[in-house]
Amino acid sequence: MKDIKVLGIGCARCTDTADLIQRTINEMGAQAHVAKDTRPEALVEHNVMSTPAVVIDGKVVHSGSMPKADQVRSWLSD
Amino acid sequence: MLEIFTQIANGVAYTLLGLDPQTSFGVAVHFFVKSTTTIFTLLVVMIYVIALIRASLNVERVRAFLAGRNRVVGYFFGSTFGAMTPFCSCSSVPVFIGFTSARIPIGVTMAFLITSPMINEVAVVVLWGLLGWQFTLIYILVGFAVGMLAGAFLDAIQAQRYLQPFLAEAYAKGQAPEGDVTQRESMTLKDRHLFARTETLDILGRVWKWVFIGVGLGALLYGFVPDGWVESHLGGGQWWQVPAAVLLGIPLYTNITGVVPVMESLILQGLPIGTTMAFCMSTVAASFPEFVLLKQVMQWRLLLMVFLILLVAFTLAGWILNLAGPLFTLNL
Repeated sequence: MKDIKVLGIGCARCTDTADLIQRTINEMGAQAHVAKDTRPEALVEHNVMSTPAVVIDGKVVHSGSMPKADQVRSWLSD
Repeated sequence: MLEIFTQIANGVAYTLLGLDPQTSFGVAVHFFVKSTTTIFTLLVVMIYVIALIRASLNVERVRAFLAGRNRVVGYFFGSTFGAMTPFCSCSSVPVFIGFTSARIPIGVTMAFLITSPMINEVAVVVLWGLLGWQFTLIYILVGFAVGMLAGAFLDAIQAQRYLQPFLAEAYAKGQAPEGDVTQRESMTLKDRHLFARTETLDILGRVWKWVFIGVGLGALLYGFVPDGWVESHLGGGQWWQVPAAVLLGIPLYTNITGVVPVMESLILQGLPIGTTMAFCMSTVAASFPEFVLLKQVMQWRLLLMVFLILLVAFTLAGWILNLAGPLFTLNL
């Protein structure tokens, strides 16, 4: 079960990113859980400066833009 | 080059719609067509071009660059970086956090944060297109001055004490700016094009309604407020008008795209340049939604201080420009 977090202080693209990941999880039937983390502290913890950022099991895999659909699929299928 | 938009507006308002240039309605429609066509054309072209260049700008690299500078140079580059980044405060706040936790002096970070909403490619494009290069240059200089002086002041009073505790702690620890999260490989021309296209659509999607609202208001003011009214009531440049304009600008939340057409209209009607500039900066830089976001990283005390600094700075800038106003000729 992958634990996926989308970091960002309530920007529109962060919501879109979380939605995209949730949709992809549903499509693939992947074992994963996605949630938004809007705490500013989270950005310090993960040393992230551009949002939205995607964190999977504690590791930052992407930051600064909305990920593309096939990127999301490759994270989920690892 | 920009005369073509006047011709388009002549064609649409006077020829196609058959309106009379002598009537308020005709004048307002002409203003509306001219300003919207100018702004949208400039926006699409310039955002795209600047985004092509900015595609490889990497905040981690900027942070490493700023971390090693002395303060005065730092204020300047902090403001410069603020001017180069686009204007959404939801992206400024993460950068603010990143800078602070890398122990970049609070004043440098503040210079970035304060300059960012005031100066950006959209502001420059719209100001240049509607009000000419002289006004644009003055605007940029004032924006830099406000950002850098505010930064210096906040450093002098050690404002990092008033950050939110989690951030003050991160600042004190000062983790080295390493751990670059995503290694961005060098971009091909195609990547840059894709980035620039997304960026252009994204910014247009955010600002188009402000353009219409701003231009609509500007057109109404321009067409329907009687000639000479603004000049005889507000044109004298009395001292209290500048702080009044600043206060009036606070509750009005718009971005630069919306306020410039209104400014154009007011200046054409004879409002002094300093009063207009003070109003514009206050509308753009001091807004409540922005402060709600900043509350997440600053304590009330610091937030209030920043707010007061901005009000004082805009008022001073307005006074100075009103005094110097007769020296400028705007090519409207």
